[in-house]
Amino acid sequence: MMSRDMTSPDMTGAEPTVRAEQVRKSFGRLEVLKGIDLQVEQGDVMCVIGPSGSGKSTFLRCINHLEKIDAGRLWVNGHLVGYRQKGDKIYELRAKEVAAQRREIGMVFQRFNLFPHMTTLENVMEAPLKVRREPKATVRERALTLLDRVGLADKVDTYPAQLSGGQQQRVAIARALAMQPKLMLFDEPTSALDPELVGEVLDVMRQLALDGMTMVVVTHEMGFAREVGDSLVFMDDGAIVEQGSPRDVLSSPRHSRTREFLSKVL
Amino acid sequence: MTDTASRGPTGGPSAVPEPEAVKAIPVRNYGRWVAAVLAVGLFAVVVTAFGRSDQITWEAVPSLLTRDTILLGAGYTLLISVTAMVLGIVLGVVAAVMRLSPNPVTSSIAAFYVWFFRGTPVLVQLLLWYNLSLAFPTLTIPGIYSADMNAVMTPFVAALLGLGINEGAYMAEIVRAGILSIDPGQVDAANALGMDGRLTMRRIVLPQAMRVIIPPTGNEYINMLKTSSLASVVQFPELLKAHDNIAAGSLAVFEGLMAISIWYLVLTTVFSIGQHFLERRFARGTDRRRTLIERLLANIAPKRVGAQTR
Repeated sequence: MMSRDMTSPDMTGAEPTVRAEQVRKSFGRLEVLKGIDLQVEQGDVMCVIGPSGSGKSTFLRCINHLEKIDAGRLWVNGHLVGYRQKGDKIYELRAKEVAAQRREIGMVFQRFNLFPHMTTLENVMEAPLKVRREPKATVRERALTLLDRVGLADKVDTYPAQLSGGQQQRVAIARALAMQPKLMLFDEPTSALDPELVGEVLDVMRQLALDGMTMVVVTHEMGFAREVGDSLVFMDDGAIVEQGSPRDVLSSPRHSRTREFLSKVL
Repeated sequence: MTDTASRGPTGGPSAVPEPEAVKAIPVRNYGRWVAAVLAVGLFAVVVTAFGRSDQITWEAVPSLLTRDTILLGAGYTLLISVTAMVLGIVLGVVAAVMRLSPNPVTSSIAAFYVWFFRGTPVLVQLLLWYNLSLAFPTLTIPGIYSADMNAVMTPFVAALLGLGINEGAYMAEIVRAGILSIDPGQVDAANALGMDGRLTMRRIVLPQAMRVIIPPTGNEYINMLKTSSLASVVQFPELLKAHDNIAAGSLAVFEGLMAISIWYLVLTTVFSIGQHFLERRFARGTDRRRTLIERLLANIAPKRVGAQTR
C-alpha cells in the first residue's frame, strides 16, 4: 500500500485510466448492467467480485468494446470507448478506430484463448508484428523477455495444447503485454485452472501490479484481492453493491448481500 | 478406492508375482468368414466374366493407356481440374466470408450465388457458358474492351467457368462450416489485441478453419477430377473427349473406356495421398486424429505400445 502511494500520480489532477458513468447494457430483454459508476486511477489494481451472472465479466468486456454499451458513458484514458463525441452528438467509431483503441488495452480471458495453430513465441509476437507492424527483431526480443518474465523461457517453441492451463494463461498474459498496453483486463484468469496451478498465474499478476500496471481484475481469489488490490468492487445483479478498500470490504462488509456472498466464498 | 485394491494389498512391486496372462479362446466370427468367402467368390465371377469375354481385346488397353491423345487428355484433365478447383476455392472463401458478413447486402449476394449455382446442374451450366454467344455475341466492357464472344469463350474458358463457379458454390458451404467451427473466444482474443476483422479472419480464423475445411475439400477435388469429364461436352480435349476422338475412328470403345478409367484411378489415388500430407500440415498444434494412411502405415509397421502416447 505504502509503496503504491508513492508511485501513483496525484489523484486530483490526473485523468483516471477508466471512468464509467451510469453504464447500462442489455442482452435482448435481460438487463445485465444497471448503471455502473466507477473509476480506476492510473497504476491502481481494481478487483471486481460477485456471484456468477452479476455482470462483472460483461462490464469488463465493455471496457475494450467487445460489448457495446446501451447507455451511459465509458472512458479509457480520457477517450470515449467505441464512440466519438462532437458537440452533443455521438458518432460510432469505425472498426479500424475501435481496433486502434483496443491496442492500448490488454485482456486475459478465463479460457486463455491462445491461438492453437501458433507456438508460444508466435502467439506473443503476432499482434506487435501484424497489428503494429514493428520490426521482427525488436518484437522477438521483447517476446523472449516477456516469456522469460512469466517463467516460460524454455517453452517458446511449444504449441499451446502441450502446455498446462497455468502455463497457457501465463503465455496469454505475455501475449497481452507484448502490445505494451496501458491497462490490463483480467476476466477470471484463474477460474479454469486446477487448484495447484492458480498460484503461478497469481504470482505473475502480482509482479505486474508491483511494476505499476493499471489492472481491472474480475476474480474469485479473495486472497489476491486483499493483498494486491487497491480497491474492491462487489457487484450483484448488474449493479455495484459496495466498493472500497479490499480490507474494509472483505473484513467488514456494510451491505447484507456482500456479507451473504462473502460467507459463501471465504 | 477400487484402484488401489486391484493393485494388490502389498503395493511392493518386487513381492507380487507376475499375474497370469489371459489366454482366452477368441470368439469365433463365423459370419465374417461366410461374408469373406461370398465377397471373394462374387468378385472372381465378375473378373472372369470380363476376362473371358471375347468382345474385349485386353491386349489393346496398355497401348491405349499411353497413346499420345490419351496422355494429352490426362494432362488436360489435370489442368482443368486444378484450375477450376483453384477458382472454386477462391470463390468459395470469398462467398463464405461474404455470407457471414453482418452487412445484409453482402450476405444476400453470397446466398444468391450459392442458391443459383448449387441449384442447377453443372452440365447445364457448362453448356450455358459455352453458348453464351447466343445471348451476347460480343463481349463488351464499355470504353475498355470489346471482342467476339466466340473467340473469348474457348472450350477451356467455358470449362473453367462452368466447373469453377459451380465448385465455388459448394466450397462456400464447406468454408462457412469451417469458419463457424472456430471458438468465438479466438475472435475475442484477436480483437482484444487490436486486430481488425480482416486480419483476424486471415491470421486467426481461416488457418484454424483449414483443419475442418481440408478433408471435404480433398473430397471435392477428387470429385472435380471425375466431374471434369463433363467438359467433353464443350469440346475440351480432356480424357473422355480424347477417348471419344479415338473411339470414333476405331472399334476399341470399351477398351478405351477401360484405359481412361485407369487414368482416373491413378490421378485420384495420387491426390488422395497428397491430401494426407496437407491434413498433417494443418493439424499443427492440435491433438490430431490419425489419417487413414497413417493407420495403414501403423498396421504395417506397428510401433511399441505407449511410444506415441506423449
